[in-house]
Amino acid sequence: MSTSNQPRFSEERLAEIDALVKRYPSAKSALMPVLYMAQQDFGYLSMETQEMVGEVLGLRIMEVREVVTFYTMFKEQPHGKYLLEVCTNASCMLNGADELYAHMKETLGIGPGEITEDGLFSIAEVECAGACAGAPVVQVNNMYYEKATASSMDELITKVRAGEAI
Amino acid sequence: MISSDPKKVTRICFDNIEVENMHKLEVAKKHGAYAFLPTVLKEFDTDKIIDEVKTSGLRGRGGAGFPTGLKWSFVPRNTGKPTYLLCNADEGEPGTFKDRDIMRFDPHLLIEGMIMAGFALGVKDAYIYVRGEFLHEYNVMCAAIDEAYAANLLGENILGTDFSMNLLMHRGAGAYVCGEETALIESLEGKSGRPRFKPPFPAVEGFYACPTVVNNVETIATIPAILEHGGAWHAAIGKPNNTGCKIFSVSGHVNKPGNYEVPMGTTLKDLVENYCGGLQHGDVPKVIIPGGSSTPWILGEHYDVPLTYDDIMKAGSFLGSGAIIILDETADLIAVTRRLAHFYAHESCGQCTPCREGTGWVERILNRLDAGKATEDDVKVLFDASTHMAGRTICALADGASAPTLSLLKFFPEDVQAKLVEKSS
Ligand SMILES: Cc1cc2nc3c(=O)[nH]c(=O)nc-3n(C[C@H](O)[C@H](O)[C@H](O)COP(=O)(O)O)c2cc1C
Ligand code: SF4
Ligand code: FES
Repeated sequence: MSTSNQPRFSEERLAEIDALVKRYPSAKSALMPVLYMAQQDFGYLSMETQEMVGEVLGLRIMEVREVVTFYTMFKEQPHGKYLLEVCTNASCMLNGADELYAHMKETLGIGPGEITEDGLFSIAEVECAGACAGAPVVQVNNMYYEKATASSMDELITKVRAGEAI
Repeated sequence: MISSDPKKVTRICFDNIEVENMHKLEVAKKHGAYAFLPTVLKEFDTDKIIDEVKTSGLRGRGGAGFPTGLKWSFVPRNTGKPTYLLCNADEGEPGTFKDRDIMRFDPHLLIEGMIMAGFALGVKDAYIYVRGEFLHEYNVMCAAIDEAYAANLLGENILGTDFSMNLLMHRGAGAYVCGEETALIESLEGKSGRPRFKPPFPAVEGFYACPTVVNNVETIATIPAILEHGGAWHAAIGKPNNTGCKIFSVSGHVNKPGNYEVPMGTTLKDLVENYCGGLQHGDVPKVIIPGGSSTPWILGEHYDVPLTYDDIMKAGSFLGSGAIIILDETADLIAVTRRLAHFYAHESCGQCTPCREGTGWVERILNRLDAGKATEDDVKVLFDASTHMAGRTICALADGASAPTLSLLKFFPEDVQAKLVEKSS
């Protein structure tokens, strides 16, 4: 991951993008997948990164901005290394998600949009994760933790802080 | 293996869901995957396939319940433009989590369905649009698609026939409205997911203005069984006009929430008590949300309702995606409604005023109500805003958004009254 002001895709990435563009009727369709690549490579979508994506695909910056701002999974701000996303929609709420979310915010000492001082965590409340049988559901960087509890989340946080794999 | 005797069929899409490593081509083939595909590619044609699907009575599993064979028959032929097949795996409707299991446990079933549907419609490029959060499912699907390409089940001259088709996974990025088929098309074109006016319908002018079919994952995954066993076989499962099996995603206050596939017409009570381990509290649900959060509530008196499109409609709601949320006597209905209102306000794409403004008003008033700060006048505005949203917008998100609030006001006015204050503070 690099946070340089002049983000550039690697040669391999550019080749991957070239091949991907051919799979669609128009290069514009490749915008979302390429934004995901950029987010993976550079951590988040800074304005410079968005401009670079536009150049690579031959799109105007407004076309890129329109998409980045519409979709919640594209992040314009950096977040902690682990993004904890707690679903609080109906089925999770009926199974204690609000209490869990409150507990996690307190444990971490942060609210949405913030990063813990060690740079490890951010937290957010999200909409139905499509896994309601496992309510309450917490996504940790897109890995699903189902039937999450205050203690299972405490354990996860402790492990990450101790540098252990989760 | 699915029985060729329709009376013995209890599951279709989930027939192999518990098979270990079913996501691997080798294992899937041992359990019958792609066995009937050569026959379809060599002996069937567009008309025969559409006829079988029409005869089957299959209705779309994505929410609207539109007959699949009829939808396919609307696609104009020989337009000189390509026809596209898009699979809707956006699965964002709160309470719905069935397509995820098909993708992560039996991806080849979906791929085989896509090949057959693509063949029927003369498709060269097909896409599966999967919600961004389903990264694991996306990866499982990509790996299965790679295996299918390597086995000449996708790509050029599939299994030595004249038919060639590509299939690509495409991730959404966290916008519920992209499950609406025209928003999905916009999104796949690399734009924000704002639904389009209809007509033109996608069948005529969809992806890049070309004829396009959008079908749900479960719909597509039902196609291989229909073609193998015949439309009449499928039509003999379930109930007339409500044929086949259906996956119900049951969540909320039940002891064993999960996906259960049963023949259409199974009663809700049977499903909850014999599959879902019963209710967490009490004998009868307080509220049943029968088809995802966008469907009107029905009450415990309908606990015995047969799970069909028609019976649920008679009970006052919709079968929708088959996502059943059960609320027992412990549920705080105002809090649930408030939470759902937040969801719709957050997910409105904003292009229709009644939806953009209405969802915002409804959320704000419900927040006040839940905090014990709303007045009688607020409730009037709540009712008006919800009523005026429904049926006056480009897409059906606004109808869905009004459902929880209107249900609350209709069935539990005394709960609402009990929370009011004389004058707002
Ligand atoms: C706001 C909204 C969200 C929707 N979300 C989904 C979805 O996540 N998955 C889906 O298959 N259909 C969804 N639909 C229905 C689709 O517009 C469309 O009817 C469906 O994909 C057609 O497939 P089918 O005929 O196989 O059911 C949604 C509709 C609306 C109005
Ligand atoms: S009804 Fe709502 S979500 Fe649908 S197009 Fe209009 S503003 Fe967008
Ligand atoms: S409500 Fe939380 S995963 Fe569906």
